[in-house]
Amino acid sequence: MLLIENIILAINSLLSNKMRALLTMLGIIIGIGSVIAIITVGDSLTLSVSENMQSMGANDVYVMLNSRKVSEEESRKIDGAKFGTISNDSMDLHESDYITEEMIKEMIDKFPNDIYAINAQYWAGRGTANLGNKSANITLYGNSVGYFVTNKLEMLGGKMFSESDYTEMRNVTIVSDKVVKNLFDEDVNKALGKDIEVNIDGKIQTYTIIGVYKNQGMAMMGMNMSGDSSATDLYVPLKSAMNFTHETNGYTNFQIITTVGTDADILAKKVEAFFEPYYRANRNYEIEAITMGSMVTMLTDMLSTITLAISIVAGIALVVGGIGVMNIMLVSITERTREIGTRKALGATNASIRTQFIVEAMIICLIGGAIGVILGVGGGILASNLLGYPAKPSVSGIIVSLIFSMSIGVFFGYYPANKAAKMNPIDALRYE
Amino acid sequence: MSSIIKLENIVKKFYVGQPNELEILHGISLEVEEGEFVSIVGPSGSGKSTLMNTIGVLDRPTSGTYILDGIDVGEAEESELSNIRNQKIGFVFQTYNLISKTNALKNIELPMLYAGMERTERVKRAKELLELVEMGDRAKHLPEELSGGQKQRVAIARAMANDPAIILADEPTGALDSKTGRLVMDLFHKLNREKNKTIILITHSNELAGETDRIISIRDGKIINVKNNLDDKEKNITRNRELMNANDESNIENENNEEGGEK
Repeated sequence: MLLIENIILAINSLLSNKMRALLTMLGIIIGIGSVIAIITVGDSLTLSVSENMQSMGANDVYVMLNSRKVSEEESRKIDGAKFGTISNDSMDLHESDYITEEMIKEMIDKFPNDIYAINAQYWAGRGTANLGNKSANITLYGNSVGYFVTNKLEMLGGKMFSESDYTEMRNVTIVSDKVVKNLFDEDVNKALGKDIEVNIDGKIQTYTIIGVYKNQGMAMMGMNMSGDSSATDLYVPLKSAMNFTHETNGYTNFQIITTVGTDADILAKKVEAFFEPYYRANRNYEIEAITMGSMVTMLTDMLSTITLAISIVAGIALVVGGIGVMNIMLVSITERTREIGTRKALGATNASIRTQFIVEAMIICLIGGAIGVILGVGGGILASNLLGYPAKPSVSGIIVSLIFSMSIGVFFGYYPANKAAKMNPIDALRYE
Repeated sequence: MSSIIKLENIVKKFYVGQPNELEILHGISLEVEEGEFVSIVGPSGSGKSTLMNTIGVLDRPTSGTYILDGIDVGEAEESELSNIRNQKIGFVFQTYNLISKTNALKNIELPMLYAGMERTERVKRAKELLELVEMGDRAKHLPEELSGGQKQRVAIARAMANDPAIILADEPTGALDSKTGRLVMDLFHKLNREKNKTIILITHSNELAGETDRIISIRDGKIINVKNNLDDKEKNITRNRELMNANDESNIENENNEEGGEK
């Protein structure tokens, strides 16, 4: 009964002093607004990153050769390449370290029901692609037949490798738009069909460009941390790359496409266990099998930690806003001392006076919170769109924020309200 | 008739136990009958206000007993005091003390709100009370839109809200001109006669005190004189009315003269 009257009373009191009410709310508006905006952007980012990675094959298992973390120093050295392929640090890779065809065949035989197909990628090395006196930094990869089925490239022109390109070990290549930019003045059509010279550690091979893909850069997030960002991937058929460098017949990594219904995480563990005997004696390298699912979890965990950290900072702004509310409430009850005295003379109990002012503080914070939510969602959507991610305002975040702003009202309104409630009615009535 | 207010040997001290201890009321005993119209007169500093605060249950006496409508106020707890103020006492202040930004009707509703009365009943009674003080057409007006006399009439309606045992009026005409002051006094007489309300009027004006049944004079925290005024009451009211009318006419004449003078 009294609650509704108190709410009407509080709104009347706010309306009678609009400017002051707005300034009081400002702290809450900014606090809640920034929390909501951050949560919205954070959620959108998390969602789009995880969707991105899911589409890349959530049910695939990535098996890679990883250096053993023997010492701190060594683990630091290898850190940058953890989720990519072994890069510069693979200098000390020996023939015996590679994953061999035989191992893979044996693995397929061991888990015939789980494995649908194997995509292997061979890291041939870093070098340059040259045409006349122009050159571009590249990382040369040899890929197996099914590789691009699950690791889709956004093609700008030309075509993908044909079946016979793989089987006949043709020296054809798919290059990035960056290579085209450096060697062919950004003209994709000019590049198609042209021969380029690829130089890896002094070895030179000529490849014919049959396709151009769009370099995704950081959109692949952790997948492309090759250190030197100016180098783009140059793809050739697997055997062709092996033939070129003549280093090995082994692989540094491969991808298992699982059959429908297979739990990728369980298979990843089984695969690691399968390879364990082969690498038990290897002091430098071991096999690590990971799934997109676990990577997504890791990335989203990281993103939500960042979101939380920023939210805490915004939360401090909220507390400052709450102190502002307390300050104004103290001013307000001093101004309204006579009113409080009159109310007490008319029979208001201490509790009803307290309730009146707590409700008033709560309404200030709630309205401020609501404005903050509107601005925060708006700002969050705007920021997400600018960053190029689909916006996803968090409903739970909004509800929590509103409840939180109300609690701030109760918390910071209690002291002034209690002060009002404890006023001596005679003194309050006499107050000028 | 029974006593509605019974004060026995009321002592009020301030700063009890401190070096600057101050005794304001030195043992006041007083009884007021139901339906009586009593005035308390005295110069400022006489303890008039302290006595009013004690009668109004805004403050507790240091010693002595106060029985209001059968309730021993001295024994009551803080929340009970709120309840007593709400149910038994209607306050009328010199400065009206209407809640600002709140219309006349809502102001009158307030004591009923604190009493926990249901909304529809509250509004109905508040409207009736506004009619009683002849302010029915001002229900939605805010205090700042009302004249002093109108504000005081709303305040009186508010004092009547919970049908209290006594109305405690502290210099109710003090801030009003003689004409509106007259209207307010007539309203008190009406409530006293027609509704049989017990009214305690605190004033420093002997003229107004002359309109009441009994005049209690206090000085230096003691009752120095109690005058039964029943015989002179009507005579004084008539005289005050005539005096006011005469003043009014001469005021009008003065105004006319001034206007004439300007031309």
